[in-house]
Amino acid sequence: MRHYADRGNQPKQPTKQPTKQPTKQPTKQPTKSCSVPAMAMFFSDEEMRVITAACAILIPADEDPGAVEAGVPDYIDGFLGAFSFDPPRIWAGGATSGRFGGRPGFASFHRLTAIDELAWRTRIEGSLGRPEREWNGPVVGLQELYRDGLVALGPDFADVDSTEQERRLRANREFTGLLYDHVCQGMYGAPEYGGNRDLVGWRYIDFAGDVQPRGYSDEEVSQP
Amino acid sequence: MTNDFDAVIIGSGPGGSTAADVLTAAGWSVLILEKGRNHLINLEDPSKLAEDFSNDEIKFMYRHFLGPDPLLEPKTFRRSPEDGDHIHVGEVNSIPTTVGGGGTHADGKTPRFLEEDFELLTARGPIEGAALADWPLTYADMEPCYAEAERLIGVSGDAEANPFAAWRSGPYPMPPGAPMYGAVLSSAAAEQHGLHPYPGPTAANSVPYDGRPACNNCGFCAFYGCPIHAKGDPVASLRRALMTGRAELRPETFVSRILHANGRATGVECIGPDGQPTTVGAGHVILAAGAFETPRLLLLSGFEHPLIGRHLMFHFQTFAFGKMPMRLHPQKGRAVTHMHDDHLVPDADSMAAAREAGLPWFKGGMVEHGGPAHPIIEAQLAPWGSLHKQIMRQSDMREHLWGFTMQGEDMPQFINQVDLDPSIRDVRGFPVIRATYQPHRHELVASDYYAKKLLAVLETMGAEWAISHTSPNPDGSDVAGFDSPISQSRHVAGTARMGTDPKTSVCDEWGRMHDAPNVVIADSSLFPTAAGYGPTLTLVALAIRNMRALGSKP
Repeated sequence: MRHYADRGNQPKQPTKQPTKQPTKQPTKQPTKSCSVPAMAMFFSDEEMRVITAACAILIPADEDPGAVEAGVPDYIDGFLGAFSFDPPRIWAGGATSGRFGGRPGFASFHRLTAIDELAWRTRIEGSLGRPEREWNGPVVGLQELYRDGLVALGPDFADVDSTEQERRLRANREFTGLLYDHVCQGMYGAPEYGGNRDLVGWRYIDFAGDVQPRGYSDEEVSQP
Repeated sequence: MTNDFDAVIIGSGPGGSTAADVLTAAGWSVLILEKGRNHLINLEDPSKLAEDFSNDEIKFMYRHFLGPDPLLEPKTFRRSPEDGDHIHVGEVNSIPTTVGGGGTHADGKTPRFLEEDFELLTARGPIEGAALADWPLTYADMEPCYAEAERLIGVSGDAEANPFAAWRSGPYPMPPGAPMYGAVLSSAAAEQHGLHPYPGPTAANSVPYDGRPACNNCGFCAFYGCPIHAKGDPVASLRRALMTGRAELRPETFVSRILHANGRATGVECIGPDGQPTTVGAGHVILAAGAFETPRLLLLSGFEHPLIGRHLMFHFQTFAFGKMPMRLHPQKGRAVTHMHDDHLVPDADSMAAAREAGLPWFKGGMVEHGGPAHPIIEAQLAPWGSLHKQIMRQSDMREHLWGFTMQGEDMPQFINQVDLDPSIRDVRGFPVIRATYQPHRHELVASDYYAKKLLAVLETMGAEWAISHTSPNPDGSDVAGFDSPISQSRHVAGTARMGTDPKTSVCDEWGRMHDAPNVVIADSSLFPTAAGYGPTLTLVALAIRNMRALGSKP
């Protein structure tokens, strides 16, 4: 049985064999901090244009910023390139972000154990034919799913009109579902992961986000 | 083999931590082996607590921070052998794999069982197809241990508020915390229907307790570790055990086999973080890995009792949710502050409905009042495109949805079991758990009956619309989706049931395996019946009782 990373390990059989090597190795120099990347960690410039255009359709800007303005493409790029960071940008730290007091612990990402690194590299990069990653068979990684999804959307995706962009997104339902899950994480998750820039995702829905160590008073809990 | 420790404890969740606390207090030396990482306590200075938990939806809900990672440790599922080897590989009952176990992710509902829960077969009579059994002990046996468990982990509650509660020898250690606004409204509506809502007993500090702060209502409670350690997870018992100097905790250590011969265990084989197998000798093996992993390890170890893994029980969950006109801010507060127990006690109407359905009786379970609280899950259920932000602003789900989750009692059935999957392996190469499960008709009939009552309460509360559904959905075809036949409930029990007859039970009334009495189980695997309440307080109380008996022996 083969598995699809981050998609619930569905038992259905894939229609495409995984490649043995990534179609493109990240060429960017790794950074050592976990701040928002100044340059893409995984996507090429052309791929970043497509991802950015897709984000603009999935959660568009209106009177409030949309996914692009929130930095969601950087969130996705940072996730797919998580191992360009040290520690890998998988789990933000604790116990507080500093937004409501306390120290800015979220910015210090957790180190991974060897077994967790194996899991996350396998999930992101795929098993790539390596026996140590294929204890239950080959795994198609998120990087490959994204590369294939972007090819399916078309290299001219960023240049066609929004009606055509929507049509292509709906035609590639499985990839769009994966992308949309990640867009939502980037729009509404903690900004330390690269998205939700300036808290725009939380502000426009009036969500305070992580509130430790302040919390809420009993009156705020019990009253309208 | 020489004994390196008086006891080796497998699992650091509520059962294992309690065992460590009680046995070290009795002077035993113990080694706690935990498969997951440690994010709970400073092992070099147990007086200090870790600062790894946080209000982070990505980390806890999407990146498996509390474990298990379904890639490293998948489980498999099938409804019955007719499905073949399995119909799903991945997440099945992903109760945390971390120091503190399931105690870290729960929202801390810690009710006691009712008196009749310990003698259900005698009190209510048999149901065809259900392997009902009385427990080999009574509520009276358990009451002092319940009281001690509530003091140990710190439970807040109101002893006078629930008319259905079993008798108790004293008050809760703490008063209830602040009621959530939505619960205030749903409780008032429930009372109009003759129901009896009350502040749910909750293992979250309402006042500073045991050196830990009061809960500050941050709203990241269910499925999250508590950043300030106000939650009554196993931190209290672990800390106390470690501070005796007689307990050692080794995280990231997987026990692959209990070593045993001639009806006695001599120790365990385990694999540490360096990947190297080692052996530990011990006079006793305390098995507290949970109702999935405990039978798995027994099977991996070659124990052959035919009931190991049988009688798997979840809670059959009935959800009723309605969209309210007012904003309810369910992100403020401790996830669930109110419950009602009316549907745990059959009455004349439910008995008549049971007879009409061809059952002698049925029961539901505790009903938790609450609503969804966080934005990523809301966004993923909202459509993408031009309507997305409009829908997120109006927030029908996060701000306006309120409802009930009934943790319905699940009948023990011989056909429901956990065993070893024939082909799927974990990252270390060991066979993973396979759950075979389908609900009894009792659960389906009870759920249908009580769902209507819950929907009526929502209508009284002012719902513009309301819906109900169940988990599992026995007819559901989307195994990884909303209508899955796989139970979402993290409450599992029954897979090494206790009793007095070795032919009909795996363990005796003290949790000792009939086939190897120095292997003692300290988790919900022991439960002969699941009751309609969360299992944590009962398994902690049971561990106190059984470990105290064990520790008092020379």
